[in-house]
Amino acid sequence: MDGSDAMKTPKKPGNARPFYARHSKDELKEALRKMWLIRRFEEQAEDSYVRGLTHGTMHLSIGQEASAVGICMDLKNADYITSTHRGHGHCIGKGAEVKYMFAEFFGKEEGYCRGRGGSMHIADPATGNLGANGIVGGGLPLATGAALAIQLRKGKDVAVCFFGDGANNEGAFHESLNMAGVWKLPVIYVCENNQYGMSVSTERSTAVKNVADRAAGYGMPGVIVDGNDIAAVNEAMEAALERARNGEGPSLIECKTYRTRGHSRSDRNRYRTKEEIEEWKGKDPIPAFEAELEKYGILTKDEVEGVRAAVEAELKDAFDFAQAGTNPLVADLTRDVYTTDGAAA
Amino acid sequence: MTTRELSYSQAVQEALAIALENDPRVFLMGEDIGVYGGAFQVTGDLVARFGEDRVRDTPISELGGAGVAVGAALAGARPVYEFQFSDFATLAMEQIVNQAAKLRFMLGGKVSVPVVFRMPAGSGTGAAAQHSQSLEAWFGHVPGLKVVEPSTPEDAKGMLLAAIDDPDPVLVFEHKLLYKVKGHVPEGSYHTPLNKAAVRREGKNVTMVAAGIMVPKALAAAEVLAGEGIEAEVIDLRSIRPLDMDTIIASVKKTSRLICIHEGVKSYGIGAEISARISESEAFDCLDAPIMRLGGAEVPIPYSPILEKAAVPQEDDIVAGARKLLNGGL
Repeated sequence: MDGSDAMKTPKKPGNARPFYARHSKDELKEALRKMWLIRRFEEQAEDSYVRGLTHGTMHLSIGQEASAVGICMDLKNADYITSTHRGHGHCIGKGAEVKYMFAEFFGKEEGYCRGRGGSMHIADPATGNLGANGIVGGGLPLATGAALAIQLRKGKDVAVCFFGDGANNEGAFHESLNMAGVWKLPVIYVCENNQYGMSVSTERSTAVKNVADRAAGYGMPGVIVDGNDIAAVNEAMEAALERARNGEGPSLIECKTYRTRGHSRSDRNRYRTKEEIEEWKGKDPIPAFEAELEKYGILTKDEVEGVRAAVEAELKDAFDFAQAGTNPLVADLTRDVYTTDGAAA
Repeated sequence: MTTRELSYSQAVQEALAIALENDPRVFLMGEDIGVYGGAFQVTGDLVARFGEDRVRDTPISELGGAGVAVGAALAGARPVYEFQFSDFATLAMEQIVNQAAKLRFMLGGKVSVPVVFRMPAGSGTGAAAQHSQSLEAWFGHVPGLKVVEPSTPEDAKGMLLAAIDDPDPVLVFEHKLLYKVKGHVPEGSYHTPLNKAAVRREGKNVTMVAAGIMVPKALAAAEVLAGEGIEAEVIDLRSIRPLDMDTIIASVKKTSRLICIHEGVKSYGIGAEISARISESEAFDCLDAPIMRLGGAEVPIPYSPILEKAAVPQEDDIVAGARKLLNGGL
């Protein structure tokens, strides 16, 4: 399964693609910077895991950067997102700083979750990120509830729910989308369909061809985009955002994409072929974006190089900052279980 | 001050109305809580007063509904989610246990989850095994949750108001047989602490720690025992998590005997926890008899009224238990 039949976004000549017309040069450059930041952050996180500097496990989104950035780039801090176990990209996309993310991975007090959450719970409420989630589908009701809170206070903000193809067979998916449809909530469900729920392909797990097909069952539009094409992702997001902010209700966007790394550190890639992985590496969203930026005369080669160099410098500083971080005190073990009562039991 | 009597369910409804009136962030969610008035008529006509947005009928979707409440709480609202029967919380364990209870901790203390789950619980209605359970001990096992079980109309109102104003997730267990029980309820808004037991009757011979519906049963038993010269001290536990061990320990030091009484299944139950903590406390040396637990039988709640009654402790069981304890045998 390559998802190519779903990639219907036409490539228009010149700057005709609305994505490039709608965003300033600075915004597009920032989008490229974030994609590189996600990519290089995850590569270095993986490296630190291999070197034994990082505890536990992690789920890498390498190859999926276009959906994280294309979805988040027009959001404000007051807009919420909920993320998944594969959530580093969403976190960076929504505006997190990598130094606090590395610090979290190293279990330091300076980390976003003060070392209590790790990769699978990384969050930054200050930028509207309500957190990655270790439970597949766990974020679906949460984003729906955040959207309900927005609607009740008559706000114009939105809630965006990232989830994977694996979550589309959880009851939480169906219950949440139904309520959002009934109540016309300002929520945008973004399925990053990387085609495998751990090892089981969507063909083997899901009775319909596209997750977006299920949107019809819940009274909302479901659109399919090439998840490796940031412009296509963002254009779909623009339409969904307008709909949500105008009180017209929820949308579902299915980004067809691929993770080139395994599910997690334990993955031996027994369920897919090397050829398939290589084919998708050829559809890498970052060089594709760079090529368009250069083709349309938005960024020069030197400017693209400058973005990469700046990312490397930021990551080096971030890594050093995190390594020098403070270890938690055992005396603080039960802090923050409750807001007011300590560890009362 | 005039004494005003309300039923337990009226007291709960009054608390909900006060919260809705005083705090625009508060809203109610649940199955058939709107025009139907709730399966037990607890929300009554609140929808007429506060509208369908804030007294919100949900689809029959307990996992999604509970999770939407948690998400709304994360985003600044103060939701009160009614499970039609607390048994149905089994469908929503993911959102209660993995999300509501843990989000604050997992996110390094950067969020709070001010959600309230109302949990109509218990047997005695003939609704059989899937609509009659007392699962509060399950939730008592989860750090991050607060679990309370008011036994009087006054506490039902005050503890619910305290729960709604609390920054953390609170599960309020309401025994269905208590809904029609009347008692004094103060006017206006007040908070009853979520972490304090209450001594309902003082006595010197035996401490009875009772939860929920077992409190009126223990008080009735204590009345019978008083006629036999046995003075029982009855403690209304009120809070399952946290446990107010100070009150229990002080009482056991005075009486030297302890009976724990609850409707939930005896094994791994509330009584087991209290018993263990007494064993770990300075009150252990004061005990003149083994600790006794009276809890639900090791069986799903049966339909037959004869069997249903036999499956949970009754007044006679409490009287018999106390006599046995006082006579030195178990």
